[in-house]
This record gives sequence, C-alpha cells and structure tokens, in this order.
Amino acid sequence: MSDIAFGRLSEDELEENFADMYPPLDAKTAGIEASRCYFCYDAPCIEACPTGINIPNFIRKIATANYRGSAIDILDENVMGGACARVCPTEVLCEEACVRTAQEGKPVTIGKLQRFATDWLMETGEQPYSQGAPTGKKVAIVGAGPAGLAAAHRLSQQGHDCEVFEAMPKSGGLNEYGIAAYKVPDNFAQKEVDFILGVGGITVHNGKKLGTDVHLADLRKDFDAVFIGSGLGSVQALGLDGEHLDGLHNAVDFISDVRQTGNMAELPVGRRVVVIGGGSTAIDIAVKKKKLGAEDVTLVYRRGPSDMSATSVEQKFAQNNNVRIKHWMQPKAIKTEGDRVTGVEFEYTRLDENGRLFGTGETVIVEADMVFKAIGQVFIPDPVRHEASALELNNAKIVVDENYATSLDGVFAGGDCIDGNIGLTVAAVQDGKLAAAAIGSYLADK
Amino acid sequence: MADLSYSFAGIKTPNPFWLASAPPTDKEYNVVRAFEAGWGGVVWKTLGEDPPVVNVSSRYGAVNYNGQRMMGFNNIELITDRPLQINLDEITRVKKDWPDRAVIVSLMVPCEEEPWRDILKKVEDTGADGVELNFGCPHGMSERGMGSAVGQVPDYVQMVTEWCKKHTEMPVIVKLTPNITDVRQSARAAVRGGADAVSLINTINSIVNIDLDVMAPTPTVDGKGAHGGYCGPAVKPIALNMVAEIARDPECKDILISGIGGISDWRDAAEFISLGCGTVQVCTAAMHYGFKIVDDMNTGLSNWMDSKGYNVIDDFRGLATPNVTDWNQLNMNYDIKARINQDLCIKCGLCHISCEDTSHQAITASRINGERRYEVVDKECVGCNLCMLACPVDNCITMEQMDNGKPYMNWNEDPRNPFSTAAE
Ligand SMILES: Cc1cc2nc3c(=O)[nH]c(=O)nc-3n(C[C@H](O)[C@H](O)[C@H](O)COP(=O)(O)OP(=O)(O)OC[C@H]3O[C@@H](n4cnc5c(N)ncnc54)[C@H](O)[C@@H]3O)c2cc1C
Ligand SMILES: Cc1cc2nc3c(=O)[nH]c(=O)nc-3n(C[C@H](O)[C@H](O)[C@H](O)COP(=O)(O)O)c2cc1C
Ligand code: SF4
Ligand code: SF4
Ligand code: SF4
Repeated sequence: MSDIAFGRLSEDELEENFADMYPPLDAKTAGIEASRCYFCYDAPCIEACPTGINIPNFIRKIATANYRGSAIDILDENVMGGACARVCPTEVLCEEACVRTAQEGKPVTIGKLQRFATDWLMETGEQPYSQGAPTGKKVAIVGAGPAGLAAAHRLSQQGHDCEVFEAMPKSGGLNEYGIAAYKVPDNFAQKEVDFILGVGGITVHNGKKLGTDVHLADLRKDFDAVFIGSGLGSVQALGLDGEHLDGLHNAVDFISDVRQTGNMAELPVGRRVVVIGGGSTAIDIAVKKKKLGAEDVTLVYRRGPSDMSATSVEQKFAQNNNVRIKHWMQPKAIKTEGDRVTGVEFEYTRLDENGRLFGTGETVIVEADMVFKAIGQVFIPDPVRHEASALELNNAKIVVDENYATSLDGVFAGGDCIDGNIGLTVAAVQDGKLAAAAIGSYLADK
Repeated sequence: MADLSYSFAGIKTPNPFWLASAPPTDKEYNVVRAFEAGWGGVVWKTLGEDPPVVNVSSRYGAVNYNGQRMMGFNNIELITDRPLQINLDEITRVKKDWPDRAVIVSLMVPCEEEPWRDILKKVEDTGADGVELNFGCPHGMSERGMGSAVGQVPDYVQMVTEWCKKHTEMPVIVKLTPNITDVRQSARAAVRGGADAVSLINTINSIVNIDLDVMAPTPTVDGKGAHGGYCGPAVKPIALNMVAEIARDPECKDILISGIGGISDWRDAAEFISLGCGTVQVCTAAMHYGFKIVDDMNTGLSNWMDSKGYNVIDDFRGLATPNVTDWNQLNMNYDIKARINQDLCIKCGLCHISCEDTSHQAITASRINGERRYEVVDKECVGCNLCMLACPVDNCITMEQMDNGKPYMNWNEDPRNPFSTAAE
C-alpha cells in the first residue's frame, strides 16, 4: 500500500531542518579564521577557484577588517561570490588545494570567509558597480541564470545595454529553482539577483522563452550580439516503462517545488523513498526528503562511491542525515499497483575485465511510495536548432570556441548548456564573465 | 624533583615566581588569593605618602595580534590609591599569616631623605621581607618628580638607594625603568648606592593605539589620552636584553636580578633565570588569566629542570650569560645554508617570496609537471634564517652548518675589516 502524506513534521521541526546548513561567521571568528591563511605566494587555492578569485588577498583584508576591500576583490572576479560561497563544493575546489589541507587536513574555510565578506557588503546596501559609458550597442541574453547574469553584469560595465530573456517568472536560474534550500535560505538568490541588476543597464523580460516567445534569428537581427546561457532543461529518461506513473518524479521538479513553496507542510512526502542517481541532485533530493520527514530514504547508484559525481563530503552529508546509500545496482523495472508506484526492481551490477558496467542478472526489489530520478539533465536543443539559425552541437550541447563563440556569427554561449562545462554555479559565472569579455572585443571590432 | 626554592638577597621564597608590584598585589584580598594559588611571593603595589593618589576611569589599553588578546598591554594607573595605613595593616597581617612567602613592599615617595626614612620605618614594622624602590613608573608619578623621573638620573638612583640602605636593615631592591638609552647606567648607580638587587623592567612609555573614530590614544579618557606604561608578552625581548646587559656588565658586579617583563609561563621564566635572574615577577599574564597560571609555572619549571638534571635554581642560573656577547666577537667564518625538506613542504611559497622580495633571491620557484617546487640556491643563500622563520611548517626548513674548515675569526680579526687587528 502506498503511503504518501503531507505535513509529516511539525512547523518547528521543518524550520529547524531547513535552516542555514552552515551558520555564518561573526566578525570575531572570521578574523581568527582569516588569520589562519598563510597569504601564500602563487597560492594553489587561486588556481583551484574556477573564477580565479585572489583568495589570499581577500582573506587578508578580512583579517584587517577591510571588509569592503575584501568583498570587492571577490565580486570583481565573481559577481555571484555570495551564492558560490554557499553552494560551491569547496572540498574539491579551493579548500582542497589550500596548503593547510596538505599540512593538517584542515583548510582555511575559504567559502565561509567569502560569505562573510560578501554578506557584509550586501548588508550595507551599497551598490559598488555602475554601467560604463554608453556604447550604443545592445546585447541579448537568453537565460537569467548564473551564466547569463554574470555576462550581463560585465557587459553593462562595458557600457552595452543588455536585455535578458528568461523563461521562468523569477530570475536566478538554478540558484532559484534548483540548489538545495538549506544552502541558500532567506531568499538569498533573489537578493543576489537584485544586487547584480543594480549595476543598471540590464532589462530582464521574465516569462519570455526562446523558441516560443522569442527566436534566435530575430535576436540576431535586433541585437549586436547574443549570449545563450539557458542551462539544461529536460531530465534524462531512465528508459524504463512506467516513467509517467504517479509516485515517479523528476528530482529537479520536486527540488524546485521545495524552493518555491511558501509552506513545506504542503509538500507530499512518501514514507519510503527511493532516489536513483549519484550526483549532487540525488544527494539534495534524498536529504530533503529526510528533512521533510520521510521514514526511509534509499539512494541507489549503479557504480561505486568513488564514481559518484557527488563529492565525498556530500556523500557523508547524506549519510549523516540518515540517507542509506546503495551502490552497484541499476534500475530494471518500476513496480506498480494500478497507477501507483510500489517500488523499484534493481539489478546488481559489476565491472567486466575492460571496466565496463554489466548487470549480473540478480535482482532485488526496494519498496517505495515515491521514486525520484536524479540521473542528470539534458540540454533542450530545439530553440537553437531552427533552420535559419541552427547552432552546432556536440554531446547534445552547444559547441563554442575558446572565445565562447558558437558556430553562428555574433552568437555566444556559456554555462551548463555548452559542451565541456563542468556543471557548477561557479563555472557558469566564469563562462559568463569570460564570454562578456569576448563579446566586448567582438563588438569593438564590429 | 627539582627544588624551586630560592634565597634572594636573603629573602626566602618557595619558588621564584613573584607577582610584580601592580593591581594583583594591591590589597590583602588579592595577595591571599595569589598565595593560595601557589605564588612564591609578591611585591606589594607601590606605596606612597598620604593623601593617596586618585586614578582616572579608563585605565588600560591593549595590542591584540591575530585574534590573540593582550599581546601588549598598557596602563595609565598611578601607585596605590588606598590610604597608607590600610596597606601597612594588611601587609602586616598577610606576612603573619603566610610566613613562608616573600612579601616585598614597593615604595615611591618624593626625592628627599626624610620621606624615605619615615616610610621605611613603617614598612619595617609590618615584618615585610624587603623593599623595592619604584624608580620606574613612566606616567603620572614622573610628572610629579617621582618614578622614572628619578630612575632616569643615575645620580638620583644612587642617592636614594644610599638613603634607604642607611635607614633600613631590610634588603633593598631597585626597580629600574627601561625608558633610558643605556640601562647599565642606572644599574651601576644602584650598585654604587649599595642595592642588594635590581629588578627590571618596569613599563615602557607607549601609546598602544589611536582610536581612529575618536582620533585619540587609547585608553581614552573623555576624548583624550596620555602615554602609558607598556608591558605584556610584547616587551619580553626588550626586558631580556636589558637583563643581559646588566648580567654581563663588570661594573654591575654580579648584582642579583629579579627579572620582569612579559613573563607568562615557565619557559619565559627559565629564560630570564638563564640570564642570571634569581626570581621573576609577573603582572600582565596574571591580569589576563588570573592567578592559577602559576600552577603551570611551578610544574613546568620543575619538570624541565628534572629533564635537564638541574636540582636547584642556581644549577642553571646565568648559564646563558657568557653566550651573550658583542657582535664583533661573533665567528665570521660560521656558514649556514637553508635546507628544505621537500616531504614536509606544503608549497605555500613564503620562503621564496620572502627571500625573493626582501632578501637574497636564494630560493627559486618552479613547476615540475605542474607541481610547485621551491629550492635553495646555495651560492646565493647568506644563511639569514628568514625563510626558516617564515615557513609555517615546523622543521620544514632547517639551517645546515657548512664545513668550510675555517677557524674561528671575529670581525676584529677579519681582513675585510678596514680596522682589522689581525696579525699580518
Ligand atoms: C538540483 C541541483 C542542485 C545543484 N546544486 C549545486 C551546488 O550545490 N553547487 C553548484 O555549484 N552547482 C549546483 N548545481 C549546478 C548549478 O546549479 C548549475 O551548474 C548552474 O546553475 C548553471 O548555470 P547556468 O546559468 O548555465 O544555467 P541555469 O542555472 O540552468 O540557468 C538557465 C536559465 O535559463 C532559463 N532558460 C532555459 N531555457 C530557456 C529558454 N528557452 N528561453 C529563455 N530562458 C531559458 C532557465 O529558466 C534558467 O533561468 C545544481 C544543479 C541542480 C540541478
Ligand atoms: C596596571 C599596572 C599597574 C602597575 N603599577 C605599578 C606600580 O605601582 N609599581 C611598579 O613598580 N610597577 C607597576 N607596574 C609595572 C609592573 O610591575 C611590571 O613591571 C610590568 O607590568 C612588566 O611586567 P609584565 O610584562 O609581566 O606585566 C604596573 C603595571 C600595570 C599593568
Ligand atoms: S592556499 Fe590556503 S593558506 Fe594559502 S593563500 Fe590559499 S587559503 Fe590561504
Ligand atoms: S637563509 Fe636567508 S638568504 Fe638563505 S634562502 Fe633563507 S631567506 Fe634566503
Ligand atoms: S615556506 Fe616552507 S612549506 Fe612553504 S613552500 Fe617554503 S619550504 Fe615549503
């Protein structure tokens, strides 16, 4: 019998479970933590940050209480420094490279310090950026996610006017609709969007979707350049029967519901939950279900722990939240009773001599009231494949050159939607920033 | 177990740890708590003539470093602000109740023989073990012609010491001010005056901070500040040097020394004793953490002495003094080079950048297959120690002595010295 219910936990319990994952540092602890930084020469942490923030510089400025200088160091390289401070998997980026990791396994907590400095500046209400002297050039940007907003912010500072076309009612991309709620509480994503737009010269058209409401060919005609930062849209299919059953969900849809709901108690929660996947989305959904009161959450991944794209810190985080992680099992069939999901049949897997994954034929059924797919998203190519303005794709994503230029003149792209992107907020910001520089040179030569 | 007791100019003390004349020793209540905690002695907060002085509100300032509080400390307090008789009565009681502890009374009266004679008699009546003449206080009292105003003039130091020796049988300790160019001048004056011992250092003239909002020094008294006396861990190197200068000065004739200045633990104390001090005095560390720090001082010193085979204080007292010398006696042929332990190196690059930007360009920075590597160029290394000091990993950089086969040769003998005295 399926058991899906609402409000499994009290309001207080929910509030506690979805509070800030890591509380912010206060000025004193930030100062002490900052003084742990050695101010390295040729600092390895800088190289490990996809946006190349000068980490020793910004940390030293925290130590001297030059908080404004610190925040500017961060935001100049990464205008979403606030979001990144909260969502970056620092354990595989800057903090992994920190020399104190090598020394004593305890890196300088760069992410927390970055949050301290950027929060400080945002709380002052100051807008440190402004639009550059007008160039009279106009750039169209598709998608108000990290890539699109980072590009717009830079382009505006160069003096170009930017119009952003965003399909969703709110801007921010996955910062708003995707990332785990406990990483970015208190409506942070929208505050940051407002901060970024505060530079001026950027108009966002929400609810305008490329391919439906606007078309690439028109944008190319009406604007001097186009930047596409539309991210990934659709969720990959399991390739099994019953993918449209009640009780079988896309993790990203549910995560978006969690982010957008005003009342957690209104969200349906199964007693027994199965999550299929091995990335941070799988971790997020599994932990969220647990935090919403599910009794039993099992995360199933078809390979071993080190193959998961979720970092070891994320895996431990899930386990600490009482999520059971099962490896070496792949979904074989969705078990149903009428229209309802009752469980998933998994087949055990192994590697052959050539390191290829194969099913052993042995199966097991894991009972579930709700099943979530978190096996990755794919780029929806339709809007950029219209005859007159078709972009070249590779691995089902947009192909760009080293200047973020697509196969069409004047059309640039960055973020999750381009081939080779690593799928992190910070990487999308870097793409947007570098693409803006490339667009700037393109416009100057035009 | 090592015997920590000492007889300092005839004053018996169960251990060398005394509380310096300051707020911790201002009244019976504090001193009794200190003795209960295990301090060997106290130098009672400086007594003066009635009517007592009046202190201002907002008295202390501090230098914090990297989140560590009170690396340096300063104050604009004066001598005791309680009536003389109350202090004398309390001293009498404390000495009676704690006969095995050292009770020394610090004194500061105008620079005339009469007042010194009078107060000495009163102190003798308390049964105290000795007196310490406060020639050090750098603020407030000096503006009234006392404290460092006396300590800065060697003739006055000698004169007042002579008066005191004339009027009392108690041991006389002369507390020296560091606010002079050559501390030996005042120490020699104390010796000439017949002092039984000197103690140093008192506090250093200082402004610890400027409050940039108020645009005034801290501690700020209603928008203004005055220079105060600096002490705490930050002053220890200055104190050690001054102690060493006196310890190795022939004219100071091995005068007994009570070391003061930035002493916070047993190791600091051992350093002062190794330069000849018989006792040490503590103020700031106690004001920061309370009296219980003496437990570590007692056990730490005792454990260390055991590990070194020293049975009594005199076994290691002054052992470092002969090794403090003048620059021109150092061996010009001594040659050391930096050595990096690549297994311990965490690639912070500080050795490179410190040497590259500010010293001798003797550590190269390179990448080998993308891996950072820092290496010493022996030819350029002058053996200055900077990289070793900057390196955040213990023992990662060591300085290795080169065997160049050359004998000891000091600067006076060095042919590179235009005034060399070396035999041709
Ligand atoms: C559940 C989940 C959790 C994640 N957690 C983390 C994390 O903890 N840390 C981390 O670093 N990264 C995380 N990521 C990845 C990160 O969110 C993305 O890498 C990042 O948001 C990519 O930015 P983007 O701007 O390229 O795309 P997006 O953020 O996807 O933004 C694209 C924008 O374009 C809009 N759009 C799409 N199609 C159109 C169209 N046709 N017309 C107009 N607008 C369109 C979308 O509505 C969206 O606003 C997570 C992703 C998911 C799904
Ligand atoms: C608040 C304060 C008051 C002091 N008052 C006196 C005093 O009355 N007489 C005196 O001889 N020294 C006085 N001193 C100096 C201390 O006795 C001691 O010499 C100095 O603080 C250095 O020791 P430290 O580094 O352990 O603090 C005072 C120091 C402080 C901090
Ligand atoms: S590697 Fe670590 S210690 Fe070095 S600069 Fe970066 S944060 Fe500081
Ligand atoms: S000892 Fe001095 S000169 Fe030699 S490598 Fe180190 S810093 Fe450079
Ligand atoms: S300072 Fe020490 S740890 Fe840092 S690079 Fe040099 S040798 Fe290595």
